[in-house]
Amino acid sequence: MIELRDVAFAYEDAPAFTLAHLDLDVAAGTIMGIVGASGSGKTTLAKIIAGFIPSTEGGTYRGTASVAGAVLSEGTLTEAVDVVGLVTQNPFNQISGARFTVREELAFGLENRSVERSQMIERVNTVAATLGLTPLLDRSPYALSGGQMQLVAIASMVVMAPPVLVLDEPTSQLDPAGTRLVYDVLGRLSEGGTTIVIIEHKTELLHEHCDAIAVLAGGRIVSTGTPASVFADDRLSTWGVGQTRITQAAREARTRGLLPATEPLPVGVSDGAAVFGTNGETR
Amino acid sequence: MNDLTIRIEALRHTYESGVEAVAGVDLTIAPGERVAIVGQNGAGKTTLVRHLNGMVRPTEGTVHIGDWSTSDKSIAELSHRVGYVFQNPDEQIFARTVESDVAFGPKNLGFEPEQITESVTSALEAVGLAHEAQVHPHHLSLSERKRVAIAAVLAMRTPIVVLDEPTTGQDEGGVRLIASIIDDLTARGITVVAITHDMDFCVENFERVVVMARGTVRADGSTEQVFADQPALEAAAVEPPQLARLARVLGWSETAVDPSSFVDAFERRRRG
Repeated sequence: MIELRDVAFAYEDAPAFTLAHLDLDVAAGTIMGIVGASGSGKTTLAKIIAGFIPSTEGGTYRGTASVAGAVLSEGTLTEAVDVVGLVTQNPFNQISGARFTVREELAFGLENRSVERSQMIERVNTVAATLGLTPLLDRSPYALSGGQMQLVAIASMVVMAPPVLVLDEPTSQLDPAGTRLVYDVLGRLSEGGTTIVIIEHKTELLHEHCDAIAVLAGGRIVSTGTPASVFADDRLSTWGVGQTRITQAAREARTRGLLPATEPLPVGVSDGAAVFGTNGETR
Repeated sequence: MNDLTIRIEALRHTYESGVEAVAGVDLTIAPGERVAIVGQNGAGKTTLVRHLNGMVRPTEGTVHIGDWSTSDKSIAELSHRVGYVFQNPDEQIFARTVESDVAFGPKNLGFEPEQITESVTSALEAVGLAHEAQVHPHHLSLSERKRVAIAAVLAMRTPIVVLDEPTTGQDEGGVRLIASIIDDLTARGITVVAITHDMDFCVENFERVVVMARGTVRADGSTEQVFADQPALEAAAVEPPQLARLARVLGWSETAVDPSSFVDAFERRRRG
């Protein structure tokens, strides 16, 4: 669904390329998590997949990024946004500023696509309900908390039902309940065939919800694989990505001779329970 | 050590919209203490801490910073005692260069010119952004702007620092940097009050945790006590740290919150 081939980008006046020789494949209907240290190029990658680079950003762009068979840099941004919805890092910047209520904000994109009114109302109500925004529909988007604004920014993209969704740290301001709500929605969209790319620092969440993980370091993809294999990789911290506390504990237990070195390192609570449960029985 | 006790008594705050965000809170924080405030979005955490620097005023009850009642002091006066780092750095940052943004606080607090230079330089070094001093903040990433916002408060050298979600958007290195900044503040006797959703960060860096739900305090105690108080955590919809969740699944009675103490507990159990 998403194919990046030898993609490179340098921002105007920047001394170096932010991304270089980058290849990435995301299969249709899957959820791909992108991890990497701050400054590794994650947000730039998100903008490339969404077609905002090179259309709206000056600089040097090379390579080919295609989504659903179309090469984004050969089309217009309007064509790109029909295929890819981008939820940006700071929800404050995503609110249109042109609408007075959350309801109008959520309908904004649909209005611009001339969606029929009754259908528009139904779609806005459905998405608002799944993300717990119904009580906020008549509030001003600017009178919301950071977490609520983040949910509105996500809803405003989900309501457009694009075949590809790219989300740049979508749950940074959400509590665990709000975060779960978002991942549940993404899971359902993926089951329905939406391809999802999500940039996130929360390793445990990505392990639970993604089909594949790509690690970005120094502007390149340095590792791809299943969440279990990538997050247990010894090199993770050298790429500036945190391991979960369970992986850290298992590693320490291994060093202290309490867990066999042959056992894969656990990442989450369920695989952690399997490893520490089996090996923890009194001998 | 500073000598300013934070005393919050019978505090209530109702917004104009009619929403009662703080619904009767009593809380005392001793000088030099570091306290994490946790709870769901909408639990009243931000409204509560915004009382400390006067951005929000009590509808009922009182908030004292040492001998000052915040009801009698302006935000400008309170900024001598309480530095406040916003959750969203873009609400706080406004100057054209990182350096001038960080210098704004010390200038307004009446620091001497050489004191301003010194405090700005050391604050930018502390957050790892000394090399970006002349850059426009909007050319920085969100996680870097968050660190500019932290530097702007460090430079004010207030005896109390409030951090609203300091680790948002930070990578592993950024989180470690913020933890070391908090250690440094504590070493200098500064009181640190932080709101966080990051429970690993919370258990590893705070001795005391206050759990809020629906505008009230549901639990308040040592980190170990609070994360062993399952009913309070459930009532507040606070998810315990990952190792505490694993310990529960394994049926352990002890709450081991960091990897080393978890492995110690594992070893004890293996030995039987």
